[in-house]
Amino acid sequence: MTEDDLRGLIARVKDGNLSRRGFVKRLAAVGFTAPMATQLLAIAGAAPAAAQTLPAYRPTRRGGGGALKVLYWQASTLLNPHFASGTTNQDSSRVFYEPLAGWASDGTLVPILAAEIPSRENGGLSGDGRSVTWKMKRGVKWHDGQEFSADDVVFNWEYSRNPQVATVTSGSYRDVNVVKVDDYTVRVEFPQPTPFWADAFVGGTGQMIPRHLFKDFAGPNARDAPTNLRPVGTSAYKFVSFAPGDTLRAELNPNYHMDNRPYFDTLEVKGGGDAVSAARAVLQTGDYDYAWNMQVEDEILKRLEAANRGKINIVEGGGIEFVQLNATDPNREVDGERSHISTQHPAFRDPAVRQAMALLIDRNALEQFIYGRGGPATANFLNNPPRFRSENMRFEFSIQKANEVLDAAGWARGRDGIRAKDGVRLRFVYQTSVNAPRQRTQAVYKQAAQRAGIDLELKSVTASVFFSSDVANPDTYTKLYADMQMYTTTMPQADPERFMNQYVSWEVSSKANNWQGRNIVRWRSEEYDRIFRESQGELDPIKRAALFVRMNDLVVSSNHVIPLVRRPTVSASLNNLRHVLSAWDLTMWYLNDWYRET
Amino acid sequence: MAGSIPASATASVTAAAVPRVGPWQEAWRRFRKHRLAVVSLVILSLLVLAVLVGPFAWRLPIDEIDFTARLEGPSWAHPMGTDDLGQDILARVLYGGRISLAVGFAAMMVAIFVGVLVGAVAGMAGGRIDAGLMWLTDLFLSLPQLPLLLLIIYLFRDALTQVVGPELGVFILIVIIIGGFNWMQVARLVRAQFFSLREKEFVEAARALGASRMRLVLRHILPNAMGPVIVAATIDIAAAIIAESTLSFLGLGFPPDVPTWGRLLFDAKDNLDFAPHWAIFPGAMIFLTVLSINFIGDGLRDAFDPRRVVAS
Repeated sequence: MTEDDLRGLIARVKDGNLSRRGFVKRLAAVGFTAPMATQLLAIAGAAPAAAQTLPAYRPTRRGGGGALKVLYWQASTLLNPHFASGTTNQDSSRVFYEPLAGWASDGTLVPILAAEIPSRENGGLSGDGRSVTWKMKRGVKWHDGQEFSADDVVFNWEYSRNPQVATVTSGSYRDVNVVKVDDYTVRVEFPQPTPFWADAFVGGTGQMIPRHLFKDFAGPNARDAPTNLRPVGTSAYKFVSFAPGDTLRAELNPNYHMDNRPYFDTLEVKGGGDAVSAARAVLQTGDYDYAWNMQVEDEILKRLEAANRGKINIVEGGGIEFVQLNATDPNREVDGERSHISTQHPAFRDPAVRQAMALLIDRNALEQFIYGRGGPATANFLNNPPRFRSENMRFEFSIQKANEVLDAAGWARGRDGIRAKDGVRLRFVYQTSVNAPRQRTQAVYKQAAQRAGIDLELKSVTASVFFSSDVANPDTYTKLYADMQMYTTTMPQADPERFMNQYVSWEVSSKANNWQGRNIVRWRSEEYDRIFRESQGELDPIKRAALFVRMNDLVVSSNHVIPLVRRPTVSASLNNLRHVLSAWDLTMWYLNDWYRET
Repeated sequence: MAGSIPASATASVTAAAVPRVGPWQEAWRRFRKHRLAVVSLVILSLLVLAVLVGPFAWRLPIDEIDFTARLEGPSWAHPMGTDDLGQDILARVLYGGRISLAVGFAAMMVAIFVGVLVGAVAGMAGGRIDAGLMWLTDLFLSLPQLPLLLLIIYLFRDALTQVVGPELGVFILIVIIIGGFNWMQVARLVRAQFFSLREKEFVEAARALGASRMRLVLRHILPNAMGPVIVAATIDIAAAIIAESTLSFLGLGFPPDVPTWGRLLFDAKDNLDFAPHWAIFPGAMIFLTVLSINFIGDGLRDAFDPRRVVAS
């Protein structure tokens, strides 16, 4: 699809000859994500980006639904969205706090605290892409009875971007300016034309905390605020009690700003346990209504589903399980730091070795026998929304071809069958977190590699260590003190900018940034950096999508990153529970509409 | 043999009637009377033989992935069935048994060596050295074993792995730690034995004949103190096997592709209700091994305890 085609289509939508849905579908067919398509329409001024895509809500009165019991096998530890690292904390915060708008599963924006979604027609979007004006709902009250107003919105911006508060959401607020227009209107201003405007105040990072309760804790003492553990929000459920690392209880908010909502009288979010027992608690015994993140082999889920009490929900998102081949040397210490960016991996610097590694993983077997519905094989790192998915990448599994590639590159088999060249042996430490499907994948990979004369030493690290940001621990994934590693990375929003920044050179994870840099594999490319910068200022959505596709192709064809399977979010729920899920927002993003069919 | 009973008149009478037997023969005679212990000994021997010779007879590789034979129940091709990658469980159980049993025996050796050393020194020296060593023993007794094990593995695995390779490195670590935490009972036993034995007439006699301290310990006291130590050793083997299984079950210890019995259970646990065979066989192996070792220990205690009357 060329630029002209697109403009033609947009014109047809404007004239009413083409429905918005038809437009989104057509764009999806050529690889655009739904959120991108709708944003395109919004920028072009063709249609309001409000969604009609939510499932119908049937209950006709508030309450009366009894208890809703939700199971998270990783427990949350605090309830302030601006400190919520990790999905569980964000989700638990979202039970009480609401953003201006959220992302529906088709990538459209749904107003929550906003009165409407900004667009060109309603004057919310400026033509130059430099500002967004949000109009807020009137009459929204915090759980303690105070009025919600523009001051709260401005406060959240100040709070989040304050370096002394040290929030995890600061990335969305640092570079923007927020102005209060009147008591119910705010304007977000960008320093340069910004194609992806729906970041601040939207979705998981957009949750609003009340100014009147946090204003005295908006400095270095932010972590001491009592409301970090006793939230007062605007949502459908009010706080009852919270035991960090265990259970969160809430009850119906009688003054909620949406009619007839919520349906349930009480809500319990129980944390802890493991994924399989969580699946059992919903699918087999029916003790809980909903269980989050079913990282369980599909075989097991299918058998549990056979009990016919509950079902598995699969929502396509941007999550991807992939292997990283370290670009630096994990065995040489430079300035007290292994995998230092000044070093080169002795074996992986040879493209032939990387190509062989990519040929040796049987993705189809992973999909068919390990991940099932929860992991379709893919050749791309950037898979969703569909408009960003590259058509150029292919994957192949061939031990014979890997052997040929290695032979041609001069890696000869030694007496023990392991290939070596110039004293470098193809023997790699392959680490991942403790998780049954990952250990199966390791076993499958190891066997294939063995047949190509590559020896993989498997290492599995407990997930709480592997994914921690503990600077003192050598086993974390951000340190990458191993030759290769495997995990899932998720896409926080429907736009890939925050996702594809993990391969730019200024994000390299190192001691200097406490291993907080996003570029963990430490692969660098000038071309990639340049294209990424270009994409940040490109307002034309089609050109922008093409840039992201090019970035995907660059990083995937380097073979330093080997995508394995897509990881849609998989959850379990009872058959009679009606929920609203979205891969582009938090699990609890539209909790107010959950109900039980009787 | 504990030497705590003075020679009695009845003993000297029977000594004249029965042909003279050595202490080991006597122990064996008494051991045989404990029927469960004998059965256990047979079972344990079979197990040991199986894991030693088995892999030569049962030649399926432990890591051959066969997606066409996933989660199959026991059959002639796979007597213990297959796991979810179609790997043969019998081969894995046999291989894992080598590791589990090797860890058990090696850790026991470490425990006995340290225990006997500490106990003997404390028992012979007495006084301040004894008090100091007993404090050390108490200190070790009060350390929580599993958390410390996790800490040590976390701290030293990488260093050791680089020197001797991942499997051997973890093996050495686990053996040293499990052994290093099981010697305290042995030390106390040995010390108590030494206290009573060193005042015995035969020791006095040896001392009067001018035997050196070393000779007293090695030739006279230690052999007489061995009975309880051997009993304690059997219990230690069982404890070490369980400890290793616990570690593997927690996903620590050996690399994930080394199928120790504990690791097999860990892998199998999610499939317990669909593929019970996967967990039952390694679980039964741990159960049988530990149970039979405990029974053997029981029998040995009977055999080495002269106060215990065994019908003959």
